[in-house]
Amino acid sequence: MSSNGETALSFEEAMERLEGIVARLESGDVPLETAIELYQEGMALSKLCGQKLEQVERRIEMLIEDGDGLQRKPFAPQRDEAGGDKGE
Amino acid sequence: MEQPARVLGIRDINRYIKMKLEGDQQLQDVWLRGEISNFTHHSSGHMYFTLKDESGRLKSIMFASHNQRLPFRPKDGMKVLARGGVSVYERDGQYQFYVTAMQPDGIGSLYLAFEQLKKKLETEGLFDEAAKRPIPRYPRAIGVITSPTGAAVRDIIITLQRRHPSVPILLHPVSVQGKSAAPSIAKAIATMNRLGEVDVLIVGRGGGSLEELWAFNEEIVARAIRASVIPVISAVGHETDFTIADFAADLRAATPTAAAELAVPHMTELRQGLAHLEQRMSKSLGLQLGRARERYQHAARSPYFTQPRRALLAQAERLDRLRDRLRYRTEGSAGRAKERIARLAGRLAAANPSEQVVYARRRTTTAVRALELAMRRTLRERQDAFGSAIRQLDALSPLKVMARGYSLVYDEQEKTLIRSVEEVQPGDLIRVRLADGKLDCQIWGLHGEVEPG
Repeated sequence: MSSNGETALSFEEAMERLEGIVARLESGDVPLETAIELYQEGMALSKLCGQKLEQVERRIEMLIEDGDGLQRKPFAPQRDEAGGDKGE
Repeated sequence: MEQPARVLGIRDINRYIKMKLEGDQQLQDVWLRGEISNFTHHSSGHMYFTLKDESGRLKSIMFASHNQRLPFRPKDGMKVLARGGVSVYERDGQYQFYVTAMQPDGIGSLYLAFEQLKKKLETEGLFDEAAKRPIPRYPRAIGVITSPTGAAVRDIIITLQRRHPSVPILLHPVSVQGKSAAPSIAKAIATMNRLGEVDVLIVGRGGGSLEELWAFNEEIVARAIRASVIPVISAVGHETDFTIADFAADLRAATPTAAAELAVPHMTELRQGLAHLEQRMSKSLGLQLGRARERYQHAARSPYFTQPRRALLAQAERLDRLRDRLRYRTEGSAGRAKERIARLAGRLAAANPSEQVVYARRRTTTAVRALELAMRRTLRERQDAFGSAIRQLDALSPLKVMARGYSLVYDEQEKTLIRSVEEVQPGDLIRVRLADGKLDCQIWGLHGEVEPG
């Protein structure tokens, strides 16, 4: 598996493939060689998913409509909101 | 007292009145506007109060089963719009208003509009469970449609960040209150669908009065939610507030915080999930390897590998046995064939014609000999018989007799033998035959013989 192919996968795709591999392994009717290949692929996918989880982008944008159409700008919620629910 | 009046019990008359009241359909579903006083929320859950206006008052009760979902907290002095039916509390002989639904007054018309719209959209199938789209398990980006100020947006963003910081958030600011709110929310949903950057939409605002929440009860918003290709999580107000938007949404969250929790999986849970999947893979592979190893060992322990000679010996033994059987069978059939040949040869020998020839020749010889013997014997017998006949004949021959001195007398011609004197006369010529010749004679005299006696 090339590293390009790995990063091209979305988290969801990787998770689905990983779950599919686990299901196939658990079904027990995969030849041993295939099982080992599946295991290696599954472990790689798991690692990939883990990496994707750690990619903290913290990208929060707000759409603003002006004369030129939709613009984007970073957004940070106000901290001084009174009377709100406890968020956590 | 000629006609004694019929006397009834208090209970009877109260029950009769109750029956009368409950039988009147107009009294059973009425809307009343009034102010609450003497409000008591009993520990049983039932609410007891009086509804009054400038001109009158009415004892009212709202049972726990009806007041549980009451979206506001009634209190003395509050003006309300109440819906219910009139009946009698038999024990006290008091008629009361039995409230089934209640709204703070002033928004009563809104409430009615809400009920009507809900029924209409429900009939249209806008709230059907089958129409609801599943919320993606791992959204790549979240869209938030709410006011950019206020608790809701903060709660949503903080919760999303806390649970899954790597998921981008795209906020579409809208006004969530006032006349422009509903069109702006509907437009924002459409815009988000057009951009197509997010996998799930959170549409909502913080809690408020029915009037404040009203934008989320408007038809245009409900239709925009249903028309959205991106699944929508509604997040309006607090737990007791249900809006039309909630019914139309693919998933209803009680609060903005809850919506954020439903929108993204928690990082920690995902990590645990990954670890769990890895464990399952390792366990499955381990099991399979174990099974394979067991199979290998089982095969390796096979006597064909541990004692290959034994397997050969067994085959050799089998070969020997087969060979024996083959020989036995072959000999058996050859023996039987030989026996048969011998038997046939014997029979053939027994039927050999040369013997018959010998036998026949022997019989022929015997027969020939017997025939010759018989012939000779017969011949001899005949010769003997002939000889004796000859001798007999010879003995009887007249010549012999003549030799002894006898003669024969014939006539002249020697034709007739003359036996008597009477056959001749004197003078006849006769011929006399002697043993050694003939005499020609003439009769001279006849002398008859006198017979004595």
